[in-house]
Amino acid sequence: MRTAVVQFPGTNCEHDVVEAVTALGGSAELVWHRDTDLSDFDGAILPGGFAHGDYLRTGAIARFSPVMTEVFRLADSGAPVLGICNGFQILCEAGLLPGALIANRDLAFICRLVEVEVADTDTVLTRTATVGQRIRIPLNSYEGNWVDPTRRGRVVLRYVDDPNGSQQQAAAVANDRGNVVGVMPHPERAIHDFLGSSDGNLLLEGFLHSLAPA
Amino acid sequence: MRVRIEITRRPEIADPQGTTIRRALADLGHEQVERVRVDRVIHLDIAGDDRSAIESQANEMCRQVLANPVLEDFSVEVLG
Repeated sequence: MRTAVVQFPGTNCEHDVVEAVTALGGSAELVWHRDTDLSDFDGAILPGGFAHGDYLRTGAIARFSPVMTEVFRLADSGAPVLGICNGFQILCEAGLLPGALIANRDLAFICRLVEVEVADTDTVLTRTATVGQRIRIPLNSYEGNWVDPTRRGRVVLRYVDDPNGSQQQAAAVANDRGNVVGVMPHPERAIHDFLGSSDGNLLLEGFLHSLAPA
Repeated sequence: MRVRIEITRRPEIADPQGTTIRRALADLGHEQVERVRVDRVIHLDIAGDDRSAIESQANEMCRQVLANPVLEDFSVEVLG
């Protein structure tokens, strides 16, 4: 079971994701945004960073990268697709997730551990968690304020406090099927106690378990 | 031809930047400002002289990428 970790120009969390997946016994490999064949992979992670410089809007240019055709195919097939931080923004721009991410309510770049509560366990990110479970993972974003005028989005994780004004205090959102998830805080940065928390492993384990054939 | 595109966030969507600017203006004594919205203007120079073709092309660009339909409205003006 192999995970493609998609690298756009400006992505900067890809090695952390590979490291975190590998530490859990998974197999992850970097793929470049111009790659057009992900047929060897069973799922994909779009890591954080500033894809294509975040010009125009976060994720607006990245959604047109050639690799996205394959990300759409994986998502359509029901395979797990996870966007972390900037990856979440890209999945929204691509229309794979509802809503959009705008600047934080207080216009502050937020960089700290936050506590989130699991709201939905029927997704590829949370299938090994329990509803109501609280975990701590680091938030590191300026545009983390999710808005969804259609109110179609499934909220997967909720901030316990309200750091950025996100609608329904959503920290993670899924599509209807639960196989495409965007998460604003970074599970891959919370994989050892010496990093301040190892709670991110719970979410990445959920993703890795989802790679197995149904 | 020069095209002017105005991209505005829909009124029901929050604009944290506008809110912050309104607060700053109030701090400077401009308490009568009730609402601030920060919009985006893009100018394009497009080769050709078919005004309506250029206008529809610019509209297409807005739908494709320049505006986010979840949040934003846009208007296109061919300046000539």
